[in-house]
Amino acid sequence: MSTDEIKRIIIIGAGQAGGETAQRLRQGGFEGEITLIGEEPAAPYQRPPLSKAYLKGDLDIDRLMLRPASVYAEERIALLTKTRAVWIDRANRKVRVEGGRELPYDALVLATGAKPRKLPLVGADLDGVYLFRTAADVDRVRERFVSGAKLIVIGAGYIGLEVAAVARQCGLDVTVVETAVRPLARVTSPEVAGFFLDEHTRQGVRFVLGGQPALIKGSDRVTGVALTDGAELPADLVIAGIGVTPDIAIAEQCGLTVSNGIATDRQCRTSDPNIFAIGDCAARPMVHYDGRMARLESVHNAVEGAKIVAAVLTEGKEHTEEAPWFWSDQYDLKLQIAGLFQGYDRIAFRGVMADRAFAAFYYKGDKLIAVDAVNRPAEYLGAKMLIQTNRTLPPSVIEDMSRPMKELVASAR
Amino acid sequence: MPKITYIESNGKEHVVDAPIGQTVMEAAVKHAVPGIDADCGGACACATCHVYVDPEWLTKTGEQSSMEQSMLDFANDVEDNSRLSCQIKVSAELDGLVVRLPKSQH
Repeated sequence: MSTDEIKRIIIIGAGQAGGETAQRLRQGGFEGEITLIGEEPAAPYQRPPLSKAYLKGDLDIDRLMLRPASVYAEERIALLTKTRAVWIDRANRKVRVEGGRELPYDALVLATGAKPRKLPLVGADLDGVYLFRTAADVDRVRERFVSGAKLIVIGAGYIGLEVAAVARQCGLDVTVVETAVRPLARVTSPEVAGFFLDEHTRQGVRFVLGGQPALIKGSDRVTGVALTDGAELPADLVIAGIGVTPDIAIAEQCGLTVSNGIATDRQCRTSDPNIFAIGDCAARPMVHYDGRMARLESVHNAVEGAKIVAAVLTEGKEHTEEAPWFWSDQYDLKLQIAGLFQGYDRIAFRGVMADRAFAAFYYKGDKLIAVDAVNRPAEYLGAKMLIQTNRTLPPSVIEDMSRPMKELVASAR
Repeated sequence: MPKITYIESNGKEHVVDAPIGQTVMEAAVKHAVPGIDADCGGACACATCHVYVDPEWLTKTGEQSSMEQSMLDFANDVEDNSRLSCQIKVSAELDGLVVRLPKSQH
């Protein structure tokens, strides 16, 4: 279908990816109907602050909103909140929502996101056990999130550690239980993970590494967590941060190709040319990594998907993909990540961990593939630029602190 | 509410009511001022909310933090009056602020 035949676009999922898509379609000059379908009661909002400033109480929900709720009507974007899309009829190009209403589309964008994994344990449904994905989840947590309360965080990924950091700053007693032998095992190197482990320990967080939760204890309200080795940890509240699974149910229902997320090409097109998939639910080829498929859970990926799809559907200027980027705030540490570190065989450092300002550069052979920069924005941006332009610098050059990062980047080939 | 004027690189002006306590970036994004991407939402993680502060306002908008300075170091077309707008908090004092937007945020 050529783009001038596209009069009706439906977007399923009103998170950051879906919200940005609607906005960028209008900015790109699309004049037809846009329907944005979301299960949550709120207009699209940013999720990253949920485990940071929002949990701490520094930001209210209005400040998380991508745009004021009134903008959607002004821009003729039909925002259907508290609405679940349940069925896609590809042959007739229709989406059915809960309640039976059917909405026709010319182009469909799936931005269904991901769902937090539930603890596969007895007691996981007790009062005081929380998942962490939506603003409503965090609002519930905050009732119990008071100084002196005993918090057990299950899972030492970025969400778990960000929650632990805010909890310590709010005076909670914090224990992190992680089944792996180190925190951040899936997302960074042992070296950088060790730095964060030391930092949290210094801030008063207790860690149970290699700990297997066996059940959540309590009769109606949580009282603790029992581990498989027999240990029992008392708790007033338990927060699970054990990862997410892409929400692919509706894509599977209508027979799209799915493999660790809804599979798409570089234009975010699924196996059906009229259907696109973006954000946490989708996997696409990574142009900076030899085209290997990856499903990224990040703001960068959500926004980039929106930019790509809006450009395709409005025949706008083709979006140039950025190197993937991420960030995490813990205490006064700003971790900025560029690239994908999986498969690295060597690390070079600029700065030292003891100064709380350092960057770890990950190499695969001669190629720079990623950086973890702690309070080192120049190293982060410099490495991002190198990865994006397919350039590299030898580790010995990167480690030369007598030369500023900007100069090194300029000298790179 | 303080008013802020954003001037696109093509000269187009946008006058926006900016709530006190929010940032100059947030006010622009919420009113869909083109030319401020602010992909990271104000976490000082993306350097895509670069603006030029009108020189007469420079003392009132304050100093760059060292984090901001390092980020700006890698932005395009940086001038002495460059700032990341996510790092400028709106106050009553900034009523009438004028900022100009670069040609591109990348």
